[in-house]
Amino acid sequence: MTTRTSTEDARAPSLPEPPGGTAPRRPASWTGLWFVLPFVACYALFLVWPTLTGLGYSLTDQSLSGAPAGFVGLANWQEALADPNVWSSLRNTLVFTALSVPPLVLVGLGMALLTDRARRLGWFLRFAFFAPFVLPVAVVTLIWVWIYQPGIGLINGTLAALGLGEVNWLTDERFAMLSVVATTTWWTAGFNYLLYLAALQGIPREVHEAAALDGAGSWQRLRGVTLPLLRRTTALVLVLQLVASLKVFDQMYLMTIGLPDAATRPIIQYVYESGFTGFRIGYASAVSYLFFAVVIVASIVQFRLFSRKED
Amino acid sequence: MAATTTPRAGARTGPARRAPRIRVTPGSAVLYAVAAACALLWLAPLLWAVATSVKPEAETTAVPVRWLTDNPTTQAYASVLARGDLLRWMANSAIISVLVTALTLVLCVLAAYGFAKCRFPGRGWLFAVVVAGILVPPQVLIVPLFAQMGLMGLVDTYWGIALPQVVAPVMVFVLKRFFDGIPAAYEDAARMDGAGPLRVLWSVVLPMSRPVLAAVGIFTFVGAWNNFLWPFVATTDPAMMTLPVGLGTVQGAYGLQYAQTMAAAVISALPLLVVFLFFQRQIVSGIAGVGIKG
Repeated sequence: MTTRTSTEDARAPSLPEPPGGTAPRRPASWTGLWFVLPFVACYALFLVWPTLTGLGYSLTDQSLSGAPAGFVGLANWQEALADPNVWSSLRNTLVFTALSVPPLVLVGLGMALLTDRARRLGWFLRFAFFAPFVLPVAVVTLIWVWIYQPGIGLINGTLAALGLGEVNWLTDERFAMLSVVATTTWWTAGFNYLLYLAALQGIPREVHEAAALDGAGSWQRLRGVTLPLLRRTTALVLVLQLVASLKVFDQMYLMTIGLPDAATRPIIQYVYESGFTGFRIGYASAVSYLFFAVVIVASIVQFRLFSRKED
Repeated sequence: MAATTTPRAGARTGPARRAPRIRVTPGSAVLYAVAAACALLWLAPLLWAVATSVKPEAETTAVPVRWLTDNPTTQAYASVLARGDLLRWMANSAIISVLVTALTLVLCVLAAYGFAKCRFPGRGWLFAVVVAGILVPPQVLIVPLFAQMGLMGLVDTYWGIALPQVVAPVMVFVLKRFFDGIPAAYEDAARMDGAGPLRVLWSVVLPMSRPVLAAVGIFTFVGAWNNFLWPFVATTDPAMMTLPVGLGTVQGAYGLQYAQTMAAAVISALPLLVVFLFFQRQIVSGIAGVGIKG
């Protein structure tokens, strides 16, 4: 029964702590249950229950058409593991993750360093770098599909004006994934930027001043002082970004609607198509549990990696 | 926007002046030039959307590409607004986002308070079960949730879109961690005056928690406003769609009319951009404070 977290939370109000901490030492009563009950009820209904029914569906031939379902054992799982579409879409998700995490983290860090140094432009920089993050995905994809447009789009038009050949950014399999990664970086790097910016602004001035007095140039200060102090933030950003990238669907789906999707169909889109276009709830559930397994494995690996580093 | 907005003249006169942290050296001039260039580059897609939206439709496909038109017009905006569906989707998004934010705040605050400040049988394992829910990606649940919504008769309803988004174990975790840090002495004092637990929560704990409440509220609202996958799955009727879903999927909504498409994008971008413009500080510290991502 020791789930109480420690009270050393930086964001908690800074008030004198009474000796012995803040542990609720009052006698146990049922009152607390009434407080947690509404949330727990919703949690059970909209999270626990579908998690369990999904697992159940994956063992049946349940369809969206409402026909009675029969138990099929592990047939869906066997089919999924042998389905080339599962593997290719899983591969696309992993490729997207591998390609998108580095630029999303590095661009966020770079923008934060710029904002932290160029303080007089602070307001403008924060607006420019973070604004894309508050845009609905459809706005992002409409704008970028237009920018990537063959012939008349901004990029190809500019390339043509420079006398360069044009690229079919979204239809050419060699570029489609990179184009989606570029759009994603533009759209969501602002989130990592904010986390880095908050961390940078928490570094006391004196640290920089001391390093400067010791004769460290700005590049040395960045490498020797700032980046090491950001290590914890980088760990957090990496964890959040990795899981967020694995969940890719929205922008990839919207940017390539109606295009040959072999190169740009993430695993979640395959779940969607199996369930809602193919009407196979049972099969789609099995595929989504495979995806779930990937996310859990990624989380565990990360957790072990970073908890070792913290020691 | 802390205390760094010293008078601009200070930067000009250089090291002689005392206050400004930044002295104009060749290095800082380069730094500012690079920063401004990066910011403009980052804004370019938005500026390009605006530039396209005020062109006459015929000019949008002209080659070579031009940023500025000689004949700016609001025709595209008029056409988009006349169709009406965009405003409908916006209203749907507003209703759902407000519903999700209000319910999330009420449910998660109550639960976090119960877990942080009350002792009851089963508290430990119940909290562990709730925290474990953070690991379940909502994307995994779309298929069984849709089937469940069908049984509950909630497909194509506001409740059907909103309710699954209300379950945010991460927010319970964030709020509980904050409540844990509030010294018990404050509550004990109120309790001594005869206040019940609900009263203590309302008049002692909540007033001390404004920053974290704002953070959770803002984060939830932005998340609900921009959520795509679940509203996309849970609606089939275009009249019930949220802004991202309607704008993104109604095929041929604007056809190949780029000025209209960009006008629709600009209109759709505006609400949160305007909010962000006015509440930049709160939003920046709020999102950095909660520190989670869809």
